Amino acid sequence: MSSSRFIITVIGIDKVGIVAGITQTMAQYNVNIVDISQTIMDDLFTMIMLAQINEDNFDLAAFQQAMSAKGEALGVEVKVQNEDAFRFMHRI
Amino acid sequence: MLVHPEEILETIKMVSNENLDIRTVTMGISLRGCSHPDIDTFNENVYNRIMYYAKDLVKTTNDIQNLYGIPIINKRISVTPIAIVAESCDATDLTSVAQTLDKAAEDAGVDFIGGFSALVQKGMTPGDLKLIRSIPGALASTNKVCSSVNVATTKAGINMDAVALMGKVIKETAEMTKDNSGIGCAKLVVFANAPEDNPFMAGAFHGVGEPDCVINVGVSGPGVVNSAVRGLKDPTLGDISECIKKTAFKITRMGEMVGREAARRLHAQFGVLDLSLAPTPAIGDSVAAILEAMGLESCGTHGTTAALALLNDAVKKGGAMASSSVGGLSGAFIPVSEDEGMIRAVQRGSLSLDKLEAMTSVCSVGLDMIAVPGNTPSSTISAIIADEMAIGMINKKTTAVRVIPAPGTKVGDSIEFGGLLGSAPVMPVHDFSSEQFISRGGRIPAPIQSLTN
Repeated sequence: MSSSRFIITVIGIDKVGIVAGITQTMAQYNVNIVDISQTIMDDLFTMIMLAQINEDNFDLAAFQQAMSAKGEALGVEVKVQNEDAFRFMHRI
Repeated sequence: MLVHPEEILETIKMVSNENLDIRTVTMGISLRGCSHPDIDTFNENVYNRIMYYAKDLVKTTNDIQNLYGIPIINKRISVTPIAIVAESCDATDLTSVAQTLDKAAEDAGVDFIGGFSALVQKGMTPGDLKLIRSIPGALASTNKVCSSVNVATTKAGINMDAVALMGKVIKETAEMTKDNSGIGCAKLVVFANAPEDNPFMAGAFHGVGEPDCVINVGVSGPGVVNSAVRGLKDPTLGDISECIKKTAFKITRMGEMVGREAARRLHAQFGVLDLSLAPTPAIGDSVAAILEAMGLESCGTHGTTAALALLNDAVKKGGAMASSSVGGLSGAFIPVSEDEGMIRAVQRGSLSLDKLEAMTSVCSVGLDMIAVPGNTPSSTISAIIADEMAIGMINKKTTAVRVIPAPGTKVGDSIEFGGLLGSAPVMPVHDFSSEQFISRGGRIPAPIQSLTN
């Protein structure tokens, strides 16, 4: 069974309101932030969040779509991926 | 956070910049219960059986793709070799079975279906012969059906009658699909030591020792390996091997995760993970580019076989560490038309058919997606197959031949297939005849390597 935690990455040109916009959408879907880190890499704003989804019948596709749309509006790329994708690749 | 941000970004970069993908999720379905003397009833059984297992395959793999954010490029089905399950059919022509497979593939929404196949390494049954004779018509009248014929094994030797016949079948298939540059031949593979659990097309079929329904996963990523090797600063060959091994490990882990989740959701057994560096026509997603990154001016020059041996071995080692279910072909593929670097190497004159043959003795498959002139005699194609089968037989490995004698073409022409099949420069073959050798028929006996018991 896959994890109920998701890695959300936000990458793009830095500007005012990225964190506010993204977290607002997350709140609308009742997605909780467990951990958050933010840095500038290669001149790009890079935010990585570990998020927890608690509902059993969570509509992941709708959430991913909403996050992508929000990202597009803010001019950044947003990805929502299950945590396992990274754990499997980098941890034994 | 459990996983370091840099590692997260590394994974994301692999997917978005370096073409890392799950190349295929292939569902193997046994058709052993479908046999029936009446071909219409048989076809109905086959269709129902495939749809029963595969109806949710595409939706499930799409869900998994979205869950992990890793592209799954192809969804495919492999079935029990049709020659076996159609043996008892009264009909002499099996083209309608291929059309049934095509319809099932279409309705299930998959990209390809493999298993219009026969295993004839030691001899042919009437059913095998019916199937092989039906191949040209089957490939000309379907879009998604792939066909393969195993004509040699280390244990049985080489069935030279089948080799001679396959030369003719390939020519006939090219002729019947000449309006599309002989594309039928791109869906036809001749094998030595064919694996029974290979998820990659065109050679996939569901072996007789397999369970009822199984999920096999093929992972790719030449672009990732290419980029990792190019990132090294003045490396030794040992450093390169180590780097490829680590990269292969990471890629394989990703495939293992996807395969297990797909099998769980589809209530199928998880079969094997096949880590094969399968190039695509995208720039940089190329096995030739990896060999050139090791320091060769152009793929095909002296040193290419050694570089490929290093690459293939390091890929296997990384894969074997990452999963206990590594199977299929697992290594590096060297299809010419699908690899932008190979195409360039042929065009600039550094890569020949003979060099490709040498390369196949150290990598996972064989002469793959190679266009030869349309007037190449069938005995020459058979002889190309025989050489390749000998390499597989003696070295106890899989080898395969997928050549396209594109009708009306000559050396220097280029054939466009489009999509993942790419474009193939027509390569020269030797003009000296192999006719007499091939017409002798019979069997090349199993080698001394077969006496292992």
